[in-house]
Amino acid sequence: MKTREITMAAALNEALHEEMARDESVFMIGEDIGRNGGLFKVSDGLQKRFGAARVVDSPISEAAISGAGVGAALVGCRPVVELQHFDFVTLAMDQIVNHAAKWRYMSGGNVRVPLVIRGPVANGVGLAAQHSQSLESWFVHVPGLVVIMPSNPYDAKGLLKAAIRDDNPVLMMEKRLLYTKSGPVPEEEYIVPIGVADVKRTGSDVTVVGISQGVNLALQAARQLEREGVDLEVIDPRTLKPLDIDTITDSVRKTGRLVVVSEGARAGGFASEVVARVLDTAYDALKAAPVRVTAADTPIPYAAPLERAVLPGLQDVLTAITAVMPNKTKVGSV
Amino acid sequence: MNRVANGVDELLPLLDQMLVIRAFEKRVVELFDQKLVRGSAHPYIGMEAIAVGICAALGENDYITSTHRGHGHCLARGLEPGRMMAEILGREAGYCRGKGGSMHITAMEHGMLGADGIVGGSHGIAVGAAYGSVLLGQDSVVVCFFGDGAANEGSFHEALNLASVLSAPVIFVCENNQWALSTPTRSTMRVENISDRAVSYAIPGVSVDGNDVLAVREVAAEAVSRARRGEGPTLIEAKSYRMSPHSAFATGETSTPEELAEWSLKDPINRLVDILRASGVEEDRIRKHNENAASLIEAATEFALEASPPPAEQAIHDVYAPADWAREGRLS
Repeated sequence: MKTREITMAAALNEALHEEMARDESVFMIGEDIGRNGGLFKVSDGLQKRFGAARVVDSPISEAAISGAGVGAALVGCRPVVELQHFDFVTLAMDQIVNHAAKWRYMSGGNVRVPLVIRGPVANGVGLAAQHSQSLESWFVHVPGLVVIMPSNPYDAKGLLKAAIRDDNPVLMMEKRLLYTKSGPVPEEEYIVPIGVADVKRTGSDVTVVGISQGVNLALQAARQLEREGVDLEVIDPRTLKPLDIDTITDSVRKTGRLVVVSEGARAGGFASEVVARVLDTAYDALKAAPVRVTAADTPIPYAAPLERAVLPGLQDVLTAITAVMPNKTKVGSV
Repeated sequence: MNRVANGVDELLPLLDQMLVIRAFEKRVVELFDQKLVRGSAHPYIGMEAIAVGICAALGENDYITSTHRGHGHCLARGLEPGRMMAEILGREAGYCRGKGGSMHITAMEHGMLGADGIVGGSHGIAVGAAYGSVLLGQDSVVVCFFGDGAANEGSFHEALNLASVLSAPVIFVCENNQWALSTPTRSTMRVENISDRAVSYAIPGVSVDGNDVLAVREVAAEAVSRARRGEGPTLIEAKSYRMSPHSAFATGETSTPEELAEWSLKDPINRLVDILRASGVEEDRIRKHNENAASLIEAATEFALEASPPPAEQAIHDVYAPADWAREGRLS
């Protein structure tokens, strides 16, 4: 497949262009997504091409636009609702948790809710506690939702296309700092299937499951440790719910060691869920206690040294690798 | 206006629907008291004219959203009492195969987008359904039923504003039954009419006697025409009264006997019957309609009681719509 390097924002933008051109029932609603093309240019050019009726600049009304997404999905549309920052999901929680997630089940299968709600997780840039949260574990906890977090442009594009075509409510959380990072994306159309993990690097010593930016930290750690003879296997679940536990289990059965890297807070976080699932499926294969590398259990602070202290970094991943294979590694410096 | 201009035959179906709703709700409370209904159920007694009057103005391709007090909306929209009762009794033959119960009856085949147990939960959904149907060229109008209590939810204000700026063909029908569970509405808002709030969103707002089925139908018809012409939403406040306790579970008396006596004089069924009598309909004929409603609900109850409960294995189904990844019942 012929590829070129584009940013994650451009890749998401292509997905939206392609799906809106392909299917007239797809429409977008969100704040500043039309005339402005979105705060991070993910919806750039869409309103000009498809019109203001299908790319709606909405009032600042997260509950209403999320609810409108549910209603439009019920009558046959495939709405894509943008939250300008994913933290604003708190204003839309009732529509997501009590409505989108449950409508099909409560109706005994009478309806479907093909809805995408997506937006950025804007940590690492000094936006402080109300614009920087990684809240994925909340939604993984709600039956009926699909939860996606891409780590690179290729997956982001393919997964957004799959999400729009899926007949279920999908939440897609995109790390803002990755919007401007480039990666290879095929020129031809493709889909990345929901619920399928990707082994980003094969290795034999430690399984590192990364979520979103966690994948990139794990790959950096792998490159550094390669020189020291430590071989990491890096797995990107891409979809958090449903989780491709088989791919993770197979890897842990091979390595016997597990580290999970996620930017969500530690308590009740998705990293804990991955560890628990592996205890269910491969406890007997573990040679060391699994380690979680997560954000601290604090709100995200503003000042750079404070935010760096709270979010997981490369050093934290290296320390975790040492913890699961103490006799082999002497890492500890970046 | 001569209210029987089109003859009494045109009014009898409205009477039938109201009688069926009344009989249905009374039967549900009895079944709850016999411990055959789980959780709770919220009777629509006294408010029948609203659902019947509004739905009489709708066409086959239109949609409604409903509330925790939703049986009346469903029956007025043409759902079968037997399958409704089966749902309320938690049977597999119910509209939601026993997964929804009293507060969640949904029937897309009747344009019933779903009853909603969250107060104020469906305002946005109704706007989206209306806007979506415009995008899809369906020419549908959506009615969003909700109570006076829901008019104090933020979602009400967000959704009315959004509907206004989108010119969405949605009709917000506020059933002001004077009570939010045990709290009188007059103590939770200072506006005299909930319809006054329409001014904030630059849409028409109208209050109507919610116990007068013909008056309700008339304002509904106007709002429906307006919506179909692409002129956007209307807020209708139908003033009525909750003649029963909040629910089969929360039976604490909130109304005073004086208030109940005053409102029972305005009973919506009696008022239509009075019109029919004045137009020469004989007592015998009215009695027959009452008997028909009673026997319809008896048959519905029998059907429901004989229906099987869902097998436990069904609990894990219908969480997700069919998808490649969801084959083999994958849930997490």
